[in-house]
Amino acid sequence: MNEEHFENKEERREVVVPGEIIASGDNLPGDGTRKEGENIIAERYGLAEKSGKVMRVIPLSGVFIPRRGNVVIGQVSDITFNGWLTDVNAASSAFLPLTEVPRYLDKNNLPEFLDIGEFFNAKISNVKAKGIDLTFEGKGLGKLEGGLIIKINPNKVPRVIGREGSMIRLIKDETNCKITVGQNGIVWIRGDNVEEEILAKKAIMFISDRTFISGLTEKVKEYLDEEKANGGKK
Amino acid sequence: MIENLNLTADRIREYLEKGKRFDSRKVGEFRDISIECGISNKAEGSAKVKVGKTEVWAGVKMALAEPYADSPDKGNLMVSAELTPLSNSRYEYGPPKFDSIELGRLVDRGIRESGYIDFEKLCIEKGEKVWQVFVDVYSINDDGNLLDVAFIAALAALRHAKVPVYDKKEGKIDYDKPAKESMPLTENVPFNFSVYTCGGGIILDPTIDEESASEGRLVVAVIPKKPIQICSMQKSGEYSLVEEKFGEILDFIEDAHKTLFPKVQKLIDEAIKKAESAKK
Amino acid sequence: MAYTKRFDGRKFDETREIKAKVGVVPNADGSAMFAFGDTVAIAAVYGPKQLHPQHMQNPRKGILRVNYQMMSFSVSDRIRPGPSKRGTEISKISEWALDSATMLDDFPNNVVDVHIMIPQADASTRCAGINAASLALAHAGVPMKDLITSVSVGKMDKQLVVDVTKKEEDYEEGEGATDVAMSFLSQSGKLVHVQLDGKINTKELKEAFKMGREASKKIYEIQKETLKKIEKEN
Repeated sequence: MNEEHFENKEERREVVVPGEIIASGDNLPGDGTRKEGENIIAERYGLAEKSGKVMRVIPLSGVFIPRRGNVVIGQVSDITFNGWLTDVNAASSAFLPLTEVPRYLDKNNLPEFLDIGEFFNAKISNVKAKGIDLTFEGKGLGKLEGGLIIKINPNKVPRVIGREGSMIRLIKDETNCKITVGQNGIVWIRGDNVEEEILAKKAIMFISDRTFISGLTEKVKEYLDEEKANGGKK
Repeated sequence: MIENLNLTADRIREYLEKGKRFDSRKVGEFRDISIECGISNKAEGSAKVKVGKTEVWAGVKMALAEPYADSPDKGNLMVSAELTPLSNSRYEYGPPKFDSIELGRLVDRGIRESGYIDFEKLCIEKGEKVWQVFVDVYSINDDGNLLDVAFIAALAALRHAKVPVYDKKEGKIDYDKPAKESMPLTENVPFNFSVYTCGGGIILDPTIDEESASEGRLVVAVIPKKPIQICSMQKSGEYSLVEEKFGEILDFIEDAHKTLFPKVQKLIDEAIKKAESAKK
Repeated sequence: MAYTKRFDGRKFDETREIKAKVGVVPNADGSAMFAFGDTVAIAAVYGPKQLHPQHMQNPRKGILRVNYQMMSFSVSDRIRPGPSKRGTEISKISEWALDSATMLDDFPNNVVDVHIMIPQADASTRCAGINAASLALAHAGVPMKDLITSVSVGKMDKQLVVDVTKKEEDYEEGEGATDVAMSFLSQSGKLVHVQLDGKINTKELKEAFKMGREASKKIYEIQKETLKKIEKEN
């Protein structure tokens, strides 16, 4: 999902419901829609958007749909002889094979590297009917230690990241935290102290709780300034 | 599903060591409480209680029954609780699991042992017919501390409740006549505190993340005598408590009760008043 | 004595006052409340997510699992908490109704759980339940071809009425009361659920469906509006 649609197109975007006719005539059905005769009909609850001749619905909610190349944050749920069975907040489970970990590992001591309940950052290498395959091959992938984990609506990830990463960079700068936003809606925050981690968490929740985004960057900056001034009190 | 956010749990405990909580509350502070009565016009009394995002609904129903053999002149009480899959996907359908049973029994015990309900006034005919009071509690959204919230809901529903009209001639309840008589209650209003031990600290009203980060809890029901009296207690979890910690918890509760109890009573008063005027 | 005036003064083709809201259970992926007058239903949706045990999985598409339950204090004579035959039956027919709208081909081996609870009942509870569930499914971002709208049509002696109350259900004059619960794919009008109790001839029944379909259009407008209403964001 790219962030181009988050331009100032607010005026053109309407909330639509499944079954609703969102356009008719010479249009093409994009994601979340179907064409019936002359009409383009929504198949999701979301924001209707027109891109050239293509009408689509940007979902406001819904489970994370894994795609190859997605970088996700997951948690280990079980360990087998040849890898880790994990939960990546998707409808199916994900498997990280021993062979995809670019490090020498004691085959008999997988838990030492990554134990049940621990969190990590990985890339999706393949999506099959029975499950998702993960890999640690890539920059910045691996176990996550310390900090906080929060869950947000995966549909809101693009706006938490912002155009070319501008939004997440703002939060990182204002809170001095390391932040990794998984495409699957799991976010890891690590700062020098808990106050800053909580501040980053609040900023991210602030963004993901919103439906429309006109002027969101300014609103987030205001919110952060206010929170810092109040010292985090309600 | 990613639910036990272990890293966050470590942070919660770490922060608590400094006496701080993520939402800036004090360790003995409850989240915002809202109470609404009269959520079901078919119940003798009912209430919806929200504490933060945790929400529980309770209803009181009454029926005619035979008294228990060892209390021929007293009404009966039965409390049930359902931790619904609607409120949290970790609860499943089927026969009640331990959590549901424990919650029901703890609410029951707190109300029963306090002497809050005047069971003798619920006797219709000694040895033959008494009122059976059912209090049924359902979790609607679980964001931690369901037990304390359920207890408040049960209290509000009981205070809101009116005894139905008993038609002596027919020997049954006449639902067509408006119920005017309030549930017979005494001044021994119980209040429940679930004190969670988290890292080195103790907290009240944990969020679900704080609950997951805790080792266990001590559940104490008290009645507002001077000094307050404990009427029921239960320790849950595998942790152990040193004597001083135990004493600390009791002082903690006594302190919290001073502000929380009158606050909740007032909210229940307002909720009942609002429900009565809405009926007219 | 014919039923010339309804007990509550409504017109024959008029539903009770409808109240609806989404987002009533924050933990759920989607949730809603729907009420016809004094009949109130709440629904919460969780999923798509993995289905355990494995033998219940469908490798071709996701399954919908509905559980309908009345709260003990929703009616005058307390209902003992726990599963009931009536609850089980209504759960299944609601599932069939909602299944006609949901599109779960992209979620093999998964389940979407729909929980419906009734805190206060004054007849037509299954209709309120299906309406709430339909809103909750859309709110959860489950792909759907349309919403589902449900309504009851009654015949009191010879008079057809829309949205039956308990008092009407208990009507005994003349031919007594007939109750027809029906659900439609909201836009297309296709019938996806019907249940009938009573005595009615084919001409009257055809008329009943027409009345039900007309009423469902108005109910659908409210369902749509409920989903489109986004709380004021600051």
